[in-house]
Amino acid sequence: MTTTHTDDVSASAPSARQPRSHAAAAGAERRRQVNLLAGLGHIALVIWALLVLLPLVWTFLAAFKTNAEIFGDAWTLPSHWSFAAFGRAWSKAHISTYMFNSVIIVVFSTFGTMLFGSMAAYVLARYRFWGNRFVYYLFVAGLAFPVFLAIVPLFFQVKNLGIVPVIGPYIGLGSRFGLILVYIAYSLPFTVFFLAAFFKTLPNSIAEAAIVDGASHTRLYFRVMLPMARSGIVSITIFNILGQWNQFLLPVALIQGQDADKRWVLTQGIANISTQAGYEADWPALFAALTLSILPMIVVYAIFQRQIQAGLTAGALK
Amino acid sequence: MRHGKYRFVASFLAVPLVLYVFYVLWPYAQAFWIALTSWNGFAPPEYTGFSNFSRMFHDRLFIKAVEHNLFLLLTLPLITVAIALFLSFMLNVGGRSHSGIRSGVWGSKFYRVVFFFPQVLAVAIIGVLFQQILRPDTSGAVNGPLHALGLGPIGFLTNPTVAMWTVLGVLVWQAVGFYVVLFSAGMVSIPQDIYEAAELDGANRISMFFRVTLPLLFDTVQVAWVYLGIAAFDAFALVQVLTVEQGGPDGATTVLANQIYRENFINSRAGYASAIGVALFFLTLTFAALTIRLTRRERIEF
Repeated sequence: MTTTHTDDVSASAPSARQPRSHAAAAGAERRRQVNLLAGLGHIALVIWALLVLLPLVWTFLAAFKTNAEIFGDAWTLPSHWSFAAFGRAWSKAHISTYMFNSVIIVVFSTFGTMLFGSMAAYVLARYRFWGNRFVYYLFVAGLAFPVFLAIVPLFFQVKNLGIVPVIGPYIGLGSRFGLILVYIAYSLPFTVFFLAAFFKTLPNSIAEAAIVDGASHTRLYFRVMLPMARSGIVSITIFNILGQWNQFLLPVALIQGQDADKRWVLTQGIANISTQAGYEADWPALFAALTLSILPMIVVYAIFQRQIQAGLTAGALK
Repeated sequence: MRHGKYRFVASFLAVPLVLYVFYVLWPYAQAFWIALTSWNGFAPPEYTGFSNFSRMFHDRLFIKAVEHNLFLLLTLPLITVAIALFLSFMLNVGGRSHSGIRSGVWGSKFYRVVFFFPQVLAVAIIGVLFQQILRPDTSGAVNGPLHALGLGPIGFLTNPTVAMWTVLGVLVWQAVGFYVVLFSAGMVSIPQDIYEAAELDGANRISMFFRVTLPLLFDTVQVAWVYLGIAAFDAFALVQVLTVEQGGPDGATTVLANQIYRENFINSRAGYASAIGVALFFLTLTFAALTIRLTRRERIEF
């Protein structure tokens, strides 16, 4: 570098001792360098975007191919566009069943997580009572343990629940409701931790006004505090929906036993389907199944991408 | 009113606390006890002291699993943070400056949306997806073009020396977008005039990145490092779904979480599986403590 005054701003007022042409040449050189760097940077961005998109496009295309085409050249287009594989994936490979199970489980478990998690977070954040700190740290401690440490005892605990009279079949191994309870329990530490911090930031004045107006504690919570905490609730709801929808370890460990495959969730079904496709030599159905499980995520993501990005990064920025 | 308050608090805490203690805390506590027994899941457990832990040192797969977790611990944060920092810098500061206001590159919003998408997908789905993409013959999406270039097919999942790198690659593929968004949020909050001052002082893009962006983003990078370190101790779903023989070939990709699963659900060694869980817990704890210790430094306020 011959000079330190080479950018756009100082180029218009070159130092008196320097010949004008020199400064202009250096400025042009600097601009070229910047353009080159920006160009290289942009190429890197395009490459990464392709790295993300091409595997997905390739999978979608393979759903339309025949077995022979799938085992032929990797990057040829399907010879004709038939949706038959999607039908087979939906019914024969049971994607419809798995999708239904996933939806049912995530709807109830996320609702339960948000209801119980926000209730616990609210009283821990805004009420002073004996043992408050202890209960709070009990919940937060759950963040420090890897789930894998609990999975063996948890499996046997849920298994033992299965022999409880009357309600056993509904909460034991292989039951959807049992899995919902487990999802709620394991989502509580983060939900309580995050929402407690959020409830603490809410102003006191409105709560006091509501009390003066004769609102009960429960009414104050559901009618006043919960609506005020909406942005935090939305973030954590999205966080929990995605986390529970994508959960793999818990369903694989807990939805097993006789006829359990009728209650499998989508991740379990997809993981199993590649083995199944091998037996039945129906590879287009495998790709169709993958496509069917990815497309809804693209649609949801396209609509809610701002909220989803905010929800998932909320935890990291705390 | 006072009486009402305690009843209210109790009614709000009861259900979440019962669920949490029963399904989370109690199993965690049990794990430490089961780890000291030779329980097989059926017969009554028998106390065997620390024999499960001494057994680990002779368990070839356990040692491999520890090595693989440590490999991921070293590589996953480093590579992911490096790529994510580079891409987010290009997105946010890489553009031209228009009369002093630096804008992101053209289409930066689009890139952010695309990069983040893998984060939304289930790891199990990504596992099956890459199993197909990395097929060892020319029908694989990667090996096909490689073959056309005259390069031999690579056994991404079947070659024991390559397989672990493949697992790392897929983990990075999924993680980068999340950290691009995270770092972008941090970069946006860096005041514009600092960049302008640096530009007036003649800083080029590269020194601007290392002298301005990186130091001011240090807290966010540290958070990313901890998150990725914790992710390096997981990798369960990907290894279980993507790799051959769920951690193979011949244990070449197994990680501690998969050993826990294997020992309990396939080999019926609940005691030993719990002991590995305890080992994993202490490894994670050590990592967290070390990171907090090593990265403690003055916070830059801006």
